[in-house]
Amino acid sequence: MTRNDPGLADSKDLAAVGSNSVESRAGGGGPGSGDRLAGGGGGAADRWFSAATVATAAGAVLTFAALVALLAAYAAPAMGRFGVGFLTTTTWDPVFERFGAAHLIYGTLVTSAVALLIATPLGVGAALFVAEYAPRWLGDPVSFVVELLAVVPSIIYGLWGFFVLAPAMRYTVEPALQRSAGQVPVLGALFAGPILGRDLLVGGVILAVMILPTVMAITREVFRAVPDTQREGMVALGATKWEVVRNAVLPYAQGGIAGAAGLGLARALGETMAVTMVVGNSSSAISASLFTPGYTMASAIANQFTEADKEIYFSAIVEVALALLLVSTLVNLLARVLVWRFVRSVGVDVAV
Amino acid sequence: MTKRCGRAPALGATLLALGLLAAAACGPARTPTGGASTSQSSQGAQPTAGEARALTGAGATFPAVLYSKWFDEYDKAAGVQVNYQAIGSGGGIKSISDETVDFGASDAPLTDEQLKDAKGGALLHIPMTLGSVVVTYNLPGYNGSLKLTADTLAGIYLGEITRWNDPRLVADNAALAPVDKSIAVVHRSDGSGTTAIFTDYLSAVSPAWRQRVGTSTSVNWPVGLGGKGNEGVAGEVKQNDYSLGYVELIYALQNKLGVAQLKNRAGQFVEPSVASTTAAAAGVAETIPDDLRVSIVDAAGDDAYPIAGFTYQLVYQNMTDRAKAAALAKLLWWEIHEGQQYCADLGYAPLPAAIVQKAEAKIEAITGDGLPALGAS
Repeated sequence: MTRNDPGLADSKDLAAVGSNSVESRAGGGGPGSGDRLAGGGGGAADRWFSAATVATAAGAVLTFAALVALLAAYAAPAMGRFGVGFLTTTTWDPVFERFGAAHLIYGTLVTSAVALLIATPLGVGAALFVAEYAPRWLGDPVSFVVELLAVVPSIIYGLWGFFVLAPAMRYTVEPALQRSAGQVPVLGALFAGPILGRDLLVGGVILAVMILPTVMAITREVFRAVPDTQREGMVALGATKWEVVRNAVLPYAQGGIAGAAGLGLARALGETMAVTMVVGNSSSAISASLFTPGYTMASAIANQFTEADKEIYFSAIVEVALALLLVSTLVNLLARVLVWRFVRSVGVDVAV
Repeated sequence: MTKRCGRAPALGATLLALGLLAAAACGPARTPTGGASTSQSSQGAQPTAGEARALTGAGATFPAVLYSKWFDEYDKAAGVQVNYQAIGSGGGIKSISDETVDFGASDAPLTDEQLKDAKGGALLHIPMTLGSVVVTYNLPGYNGSLKLTADTLAGIYLGEITRWNDPRLVADNAALAPVDKSIAVVHRSDGSGTTAIFTDYLSAVSPAWRQRVGTSTSVNWPVGLGGKGNEGVAGEVKQNDYSLGYVELIYALQNKLGVAQLKNRAGQFVEPSVASTTAAAAGVAETIPDDLRVSIVDAAGDDAYPIAGFTYQLVYQNMTDRAKAAALAKLLWWEIHEGQQYCADLGYAPLPAAIVQKAEAKIEAITGDGLPALGAS
């Protein structure tokens, strides 16, 4: 979370139309700024510096392009041999060289969806508290602690998941879910089957903890960006605090919240270590139950990459990596578009 | 705060950036060359003239503990530093095939196809030590050692035996009759030599396994949960009542896990141990093929533990660099002789004498620039 995220620089410029940021406008002005560069006292230094920034920016862009190209090149044999079937079949058999990644994609999507369903309400609730209800002396420490969750290395979440969360889920939470929600028709299918404590649900729960800070921090900024005139208008009409939040803040922030969830989702999709330790790593067939041991794309790559000694096996793993990269890129883009549209509609600078 | 600059500076900047990148790309390329030439020069007191003082290897994780002990001791004894990267057997095979290391290490012998892919010519398999795979289990309130046969173990991993009180299990373990619980099966999720040996055994004893699943460092498991690493499997077995999984012998010994006895080819139930693993290797000494590529699962012999395998170092028979060849041959010789004394303490099974003899012949065949590597120094 920095205030200078390059990905949103342009949106800030656009957002600045409503504010009185002169510099931003000059930045978009073209010839004026160019003249200032050339005619200024430190012209050479300016040119060197701008050259350096161009170089670093180009380096970042080229790195991404090279990454995609390299993955595509390595994945080519598998793409040629398995075609679309790679994305629709569930057999992952290194011995007989049959590779289908549908169950991996399914596992990634399900664990990420579970994470999102848990983390979004929690994150939005925490953000509302910090932005709307809590006095600053309390709100700031609370958001600091939540954001601290983001700096915990994922292997630590993995160890915690392995030794604490998984046994707790296996012996307490999941049996309780099966006894209660498991009895409901239709919905019960989500909680059916034997309980092993390494499954899609546990993977989703650990991801929820990991993406909570992302969701919370962005939503908080989104709430803070809602113009005070909105709130004041509601208060003037005699609205209570809850009515202000419900009728003025939340509708205004919808797009921003969706974007925050999307950025959380993008993180959940690629998370590897912690999920690998609790998701079960089992290539069993796709089933409706969240209690089925599953597998995610990232886990499969991490698990099998080192010992992939046949070319087609290696290629299949790289194709999984490529699929993962594309999915997370798309989700990330979508989320950024949502946040960007929100920012533009509000017309205020938001740190994302 | 300026965000734009003119077109000409931008173009110049791009060219400059490319120039910088090119310079950066050349930089590191020079350094290793310089480093390598110093490490190859042989002014040291201990190694004989014309012998490299640094060797690199990469591969199997299973023997990594033993190897790091060896290379530590060898550095003290011979003044040669060996840098070993435990990146997995697959990576080791790839590295030696591409000639990016001086020796590779693998838990499974290479296939004919893999041997053909080696860029540096004929690859030798030098056996280093033996490992075995043990079945560990979690049966609350169960006393005594679980006894498994080839059929019951394959049945459990094929998903055909799903309950602890299955008659096939009860036949050898009367105490299991009242345990009406399903078996939670655990296997490795990461590709591993341990899995290769385990599935090699199941393929050897069960035609159904051979046809449906086969042998590899990772396979398409019919049933079960995957745990990452020995510790992952052991942890999942420990945390799940009525579960069963497989780990390396060393790991089971160090962590004092309950292990199952397995019925070997001679019909004896054998407890896994360093001694019963060496016994499995002794059983094949007569029949081992000339290139030493052999599977010793389901070995003959009353004391032989049936799920065992050699772990190998892979070296090119004909090397161009005489200094490297001499140092490497000496290291290999040391490993299969002096090195063996460190095996048992670390939970690895030492090579039987008959196998050491066969390995000696292989090491003597190594040449550097056309001359025998061992005699050269």
